Amino acid sequence: MSLRRPAKNQPENFEFNPSSLEAAKSIVAKYPEGKQQSAVMALLYIAQKQNDNWIPLAAMKYIAKFLNMPYIKVYEVATFYSMYNLSPVGKYFVQVCTTTPCMIRGANKLVEACKEKISENESVLSNDKTCSWMEVECLGACVNAPMMQINDDYYEDLDKEKTLKILDKILNGEKPTPGSYRGRINNEPENNRKTLMDFKNA
Amino acid sequence: MLKDQDRIFQNLYNDLGPDLTSSQKRGDWVNTKEITDKGRDWIINEIKESQLRGRGGAGFPTGLKWSFAPKEVGSRPHYLVINGDESEPGTCKDRDILRFEPHKLIEGCLIASYAIQAHVCYIYIRGEYFVDGQKLQAAIDEAYEKKLLGKNAAGTGWDLDIYIHYGAGAYICGEETALLESIEGKKGQPRLKPPFPALIGLYGCPTIINNVETIAVVPTILRRGGKWFASLGREKNTGTKIFCISGNVNNPCNVEEEMNIPLKELIEVHAGGVIGGWDNLQAVIPGGSSMPLIPKDKCETLTMDFDSLMAEKSGLGTAGVVVINKDQDIIKCMARIARFYKHESCGQCTPCREGSGWMWRMLERMAKGEASKDEIDMLGDVTKQIEGHTICAFGEGSSWPVQGLLRHFKDEIKKRNKFDPIVKENKNIPYLVDQHLLDKNA
Repeated sequence: MSLRRPAKNQPENFEFNPSSLEAAKSIVAKYPEGKQQSAVMALLYIAQKQNDNWIPLAAMKYIAKFLNMPYIKVYEVATFYSMYNLSPVGKYFVQVCTTTPCMIRGANKLVEACKEKISENESVLSNDKTCSWMEVECLGACVNAPMMQINDDYYEDLDKEKTLKILDKILNGEKPTPGSYRGRINNEPENNRKTLMDFKNA
Repeated sequence: MLKDQDRIFQNLYNDLGPDLTSSQKRGDWVNTKEITDKGRDWIINEIKESQLRGRGGAGFPTGLKWSFAPKEVGSRPHYLVINGDESEPGTCKDRDILRFEPHKLIEGCLIASYAIQAHVCYIYIRGEYFVDGQKLQAAIDEAYEKKLLGKNAAGTGWDLDIYIHYGAGAYICGEETALLESIEGKKGQPRLKPPFPALIGLYGCPTIINNVETIAVVPTILRRGGKWFASLGREKNTGTKIFCISGNVNNPCNVEEEMNIPLKELIEVHAGGVIGGWDNLQAVIPGGSSMPLIPKDKCETLTMDFDSLMAEKSGLGTAGVVVINKDQDIIKCMARIARFYKHESCGQCTPCREGSGWMWRMLERMAKGEASKDEIDMLGDVTKQIEGHTICAFGEGSSWPVQGLLRHFKDEIKKRNKFDPIVKENKNIPYLVDQHLLDKNA
């Protein structure tokens, strides 16, 4: 289990903006009547997106009222799932996978790159407060190891040099192209494909 | 090697495009109505005949699972839930289905929903796959537009709505009852079984839960016949499977192959061989991180299916093959897996919550050579105290890899950890109240 605590400095109020509100309503409609509690995970995610990648306690209270459920139940969910950030992580949130399949292909080099470019310790904001990094567990792109996730996008087949370049870009406010950085197409074996060749050559 | 025309996922590498038009060219949605017209019993029987086993890790026969759903819909509606919470280290097959073959999955959902009489289907996708989930959502929207979903879906006379539910980074939600808790908007902590979800599942209603890959192969099986599927692989381990080969290989990749394929062929032919040559191989984790590893000497002749791996005291699991060569420190690799389980334990059962941390800390020390001799047996003891003493299979998943390490690499651990047990050294241990017990003259 991981220990997760909410940030010390909390904003007083939180409210969905019009676009979040619309998205929230369409999500609640996905579930049967009376089961609106099911929407809590999606709503926390919307709140996180609206609030620069983290969820303040005020947002949990707001969502509890929105879904007509006890605040503690929302708090439980927000602290249980590791994708909800309970303190500010910056506009660009870098997650480096370091579980075994990535580790044996050199994920520690990616961590080194993050330490050099962003901050010495994980979950600490960079000097300009726009970016932070952390080690995470398997992100499910093991054949593209080592890899990292920045906000929603996957950056795959990396090494230290490529990671440094990507981090430079995000620190300059640009968005690097997601996907493989060794020029390979999706999950095919590079230069060694033996299957479905008719389609490849078509 | 499996013939290309027998591959179910023709678009595994996205040569053709995931959209509806190109999917239809590959044969999806062609005669869905003809399939459903043959009736529920025919569908379930055909799946039983194909001997399809669930692709999510446990390998439960799919046809049998479907037949557990009540025959008549009572006061409570039935639900179909698709498990796309793929988080097992070494596994990344469902992601490719979501990205590149979404229509196989959606059509499979329609057929499965018809077979178990569900009108609503939830697809649970791990939160990290947000971008891939959006691609699936685009495919679902496309299907609604072409009347393949919704009222009278694809002209079958069956109404079906499909909704995506995103997870938020909890491995345990891949356990079926934890997944249901998560859809209900609670912490993802597994439920006690029985009651089984087929009778009391989502919102207390009958629910069938299947892996993404299991459902995505259903339409092809029904089109080509259960006999065709059963003709691939071997008895009780039939059909094709997407293998994910990662780790120290020259060309890590996903590839669809026949069940019962030799492991060596998988690594040498498809993944371009082990880095440093076959002799540099140290061990292979055959089915995602929760399956015990297999040392090199057994890899020579090993075939990849549920039963032959079970005979080696391992398992096919999700078929995520992690290759570890001799450049890696095997104890450290397993310590990292133990850390994964320590991080992902849901905290509900004490043996798992506490034990996963113990295993991690002991392995970390063993990797550094700081452990004493007696701790090696103690570690084995801890794994036995976790295994079978938890609500869900996470206890087994976290202790099996450690047991595998102890089974095959005990000498390596012993060589590195030579300290005498702490009680033999006659020193002052601050936290031990009964210092007199250490007294040799006592």
